[in-house]
This record gives sequence, structure tokens and C-alpha cells, in this order.
Amino acid sequence: MGNPFLKKQWSPYLVGLGIGVLSWFAFATADHPLGITTAFEHGAAMIGQAIAPTLAENNEYFSEETPKISWETMLVVGVFFGALMSSAWSGDREKTVVPAIWEQRFGPSVAGRLTAAFFGAGLMMFGARLAQGCTSGHGISGTLQLAASSWVFSILFFGTGIITALLMYGRKGVTHV
Amino acid sequence: MATITEQPPETKAKASPPVNSQPEAAPGKTLVLGAVFGLIFGFLLQKGGVAKFHVLIGQLMLVDFTVLKVMLSAVVVGALGIHFMHRAGLVELHIKPTRYASNIIGGLLFGVGFALSAYCPGTGAAALGQGNYDAIAMMIGMIGGSYLFAEASGWIGRHIDPIGDRGKLTLHDVIPVNRTGLVVAFAAVLVIVLVAIETLGGR
Repeated sequence: MGNPFLKKQWSPYLVGLGIGVLSWFAFATADHPLGITTAFEHGAAMIGQAIAPTLAENNEYFSEETPKISWETMLVVGVFFGALMSSAWSGDREKTVVPAIWEQRFGPSVAGRLTAAFFGAGLMMFGARLAQGCTSGHGISGTLQLAASSWVFSILFFGTGIITALLMYGRKGVTHV
Repeated sequence: MATITEQPPETKAKASPPVNSQPEAAPGKTLVLGAVFGLIFGFLLQKGGVAKFHVLIGQLMLVDFTVLKVMLSAVVVGALGIHFMHRAGLVELHIKPTRYASNIIGGLLFGVGFALSAYCPGTGAAALGQGNYDAIAMMIGMIGGSYLFAEASGWIGRHIDPIGDRGKLTLHDVIPVNRTGLVVAFAAVLVIVLVAIETLGGR
């Protein structure tokens, strides 16, 4: 059978089971739902304070949410290293800047891909902060508590994501994926 | 201890709430725990393949259902576990408030941004870990988006959040039946959806 940790891919159901059980422990031991958004809130607050302290001082938002290194910050750092370990052990390293599907559709321009990733991520995080959660905080941790906010947000973001992706990549893109 | 007597006048001089010059840090144990949870989460995301560009875009193009399979099975397991742990008094719930305008506008913006970047916030950190270097631009964009939101949050809090504010609304409030029965039925529906996805040939 071999060592499962060296395998490149696990069953999605096994991974889902693992994330579900992980959420039990997150609620139980840390009293925190698994969520990524909060770390960026704290990160932006810290950077804002470092670059423009007076601006941050006058900002009513930052005076409520103190910039800090939090459980959530370490969660994101952990996700990075967890994926690094997993891919290093199994040899499943990507080592790319422009993903293949993107290149087929939009060409090999590194600047083009980075621009889309930057603005896409900015839009995404603005939306996540507005709705108070992302794919993890709402999509998994919120929906599993049967929260109305999380179901509204998750169904809408999936729907909008599907429409946007179909517009970007067209019907042709389907055969390339 | 001796400096305590000097503090009152200083805090009075600063009328605005104090913004520390040093970033605060949570206790060490909390931070280590966060890192351990993150390590396992990132490991699982990578092993599931859901940090990969073609899998994420494949999901949005409705040709690869790996992302939904992972998410829905996590929700089934999580919902049952958290419900019974909550009943036993072992955990507190953390329900995010339902504010229709904020949830809906947030969802629309998130969906467009998700399709553009292909990685979502969590899978972006995992994608960077497995060597998708375009996720660096994404991390910077996310900090930028978060900063812009913070700048706009006062206005949003006054004008957008109050629209359709229903507080911590859950399915239990909408369908007032036995809580355990509802959670079990909810999990059963998601399992049926998973079986349907599997039999209809989603990868």
C-alpha cells in the first residue's frame, strides 16, 4: 500500500472527513472556527499601522480591532507550511507562476496573470470582509452550524464564480480542463 | 508597579482609543495551537488537490467536482460533530450575523474575485506552499482588499450592515423543529447531494 503521507492525492471524502474532524477540535480546544479572513484583517491592520500610523490611529475600525498576531495568523502560516510539507513529501510540487489553463486562454504573460491574481484577490477579500467570512469561515465553518448568513454567502459566491469562470474561459475552456 | 500612578493623566491626554505601537500577540500556547491546526488544514487541502488551479477552475466550470466533494463531506462531518458536542456543552457556537445586504454584496464580489484569482484565501496559502508562485500576488491583493475594507468599514457599518440585519439567524430559527432531527436531516440531504454528484459522473 505504501505510506499515505507520500501519496500525491487522497480521496476527497477522506480529506473532507479530516477537515470536518479538524473543525471539531478547533471549536473544542481553541474555541475558534476554522477561518482565514481574520488573519488578513489583522495583517492589514499591522501593515497599515507600520506604514501610516496616524492614518491607522484615526481609523475607527482599527481602534476596535487591534492589530495583532493571532491564532488565525498562525493558522494561515500553518496552511502554507502544511501544503509545503505535503507536496514536498509526495513530490507534487507545482513550481509555476502562470498556470497551464490560464496560459492556454490568456497567454504566457506573467504580468497578466499576477495582475488578475492581485485584483481578483483584492475583490475577493473585500467581499469576504464585508460578509465576515470566506470559503473556510462561511463555506465550511458557518454552513456546518446551519447559519443563514453562511448559506446565503456560499451559494451566491459559488454561483457568481461559476458565471464569471464561464465568461472568462468560455465553453471551449471546458474541454481543456 | 510604580508607574501605575503616572498612567491616568497619560490615558486622558489620548482621547482616542489607544493604538499600540507594538503589535499585540496572543499567548504562546494559542499561537502554537493555531499553527498546528493550520499545518493539518494545509496538508489536507494539498492532499485533496483543492489548492490546484485546474481543480478550482474545473469546479467553477462544473467539470471537476473535487472542491464540492471536499467541502460538503467536511460540512456533514462537522455539522453532526459540532451539534452533538454543543448539546453536551463541550463547545460554543460561533454564528456569523445575517445581514442580507452585506452577505449578498460580499458573496457577489467574492465570486467574481474567486474566478479571477482561482485560489480562495485558504487554498491560496496552500497553493503558495505547493509552489504556485502567482499566489504571492494574490496574498498582496488580499492584504490590499482587507485594508480598503477597513478604510470603508465605518461607512459600511452605518449604511450597508443595517440593511436586512437579522442577527445570528440559523436554519433552526427558520424551521422550528427538533434541533437534532434537523441537523440529521440536513446532513442526510448533503449526503444525497454527494451521491448524486458521484453518480452523475463528476470527477
